[in-house]
Amino acid sequence: MSRSDVLVDADWAEAHIADPHVVIVEVDEDTSAYDKGHIPGAVKIDWKKDLQDPVRRDFVDKTGFEALLSERGIANDDTVLLYGGNNNWFAAYAYWYFRLYGHDKVLLLDGGRKKWELDSRELSTDVPQRPRTSYTATEQDRSLRALRDEVIDAIGKRNLVDVRSPDEFTGRLLAPAHLPQEQAQRAGHIPTARNVPWSKAANEDGTFRSDDELRQLYQGDAGLDFGKDTIAYCRIGERSAHTWFVLHELLGLPNVKNYDGSWTEYGSLVGVPIELGEAR
Amino acid sequence: MSGANTASTGADGCGAPAGGVAASATAGDQAVVEGKVTRQGAAVSTGYARLLGTGDEFVAEVPLGADGGFRFFAAPGSWTLRVLAPGGARAERSVQADYGQITTVDVTI
Repeated sequence: MSRSDVLVDADWAEAHIADPHVVIVEVDEDTSAYDKGHIPGAVKIDWKKDLQDPVRRDFVDKTGFEALLSERGIANDDTVLLYGGNNNWFAAYAYWYFRLYGHDKVLLLDGGRKKWELDSRELSTDVPQRPRTSYTATEQDRSLRALRDEVIDAIGKRNLVDVRSPDEFTGRLLAPAHLPQEQAQRAGHIPTARNVPWSKAANEDGTFRSDDELRQLYQGDAGLDFGKDTIAYCRIGERSAHTWFVLHELLGLPNVKNYDGSWTEYGSLVGVPIELGEAR
Repeated sequence: MSGANTASTGADGCGAPAGGVAASATAGDQAVVEGKVTRQGAAVSTGYARLLGTGDEFVAEVPLGADGGFRFFAAPGSWTLRVLAPGGARAERSVQADYGQITTVDVTI
């Protein structure tokens, strides 16, 4: 796996707008972003409504994912190009999610919606009607997803990468600064975690930094042992999907998991260890 | 997602509030930094506001709303607000935030 296998630029996207085997998908929490204009031909996936189970805190199951992709007109052999706002947070999350259910022909648009907008590229309000497919997913690839017991067991053994902002890591804030600070769980971080904010992996226009810069960031500056397995987490698992993409897809580390329960789960668990302040 | 319009209403995701940021709210117990971005008197509805901490450390980013508006829920202290818009337009302001206050920063690019 290398950068060119997983990441494409806007010129590539423009050249494939009419390609019947490439499905461009915008993934945003803010679904009105798609409605006010999207890459021509793009369909929409709502990270929450479409990808989360409406009752339990978990993902839609295999059958639900199959139903979603069939309804959106995505076939098993289609290449899915994902992009979105928030510097591709939710697009990276969807990328990880597609891989979790076995869709390997998936790409991320470098810079996502932000770079597309800042470059004044064309946006359309036309909603494409793709014919229904019969999509078949695989069972979840659990080598990509960490659950809480595995995270607790990894303390002091594996690389734990907390990708939230330094203020969330130290306990100063409980959520990103564009959201109300009213979460009820405890603040802090998982002991032995290193704090490498997701944003350090991105340039100001939302594109990913170069492989050399990324290696320096995680290995050189943060001191991650690339010979160890790694778990990334944030607050709800989407910013850490961005970092999972960097470590697993761009840098090619073999064993990287995303802990999608992340701080909203860990910080609410009874009896687990929590550290406050700077990394120790 | 509901809750983008009042500072006291929850949001359970990490993404942008629906439709950017709408009208002003009461601060409640939040440290709110908000404002509007204009260009020659007109709202800039395509662009981004970034909140930066000490040493330009990235803290948060939101897309501008239809009225050019943005809003952050910060913590008390000094912050830098940076605005990015198409055509390479950018602007930067220093802001102070405190709990229970709305700090308004209107930006012209």
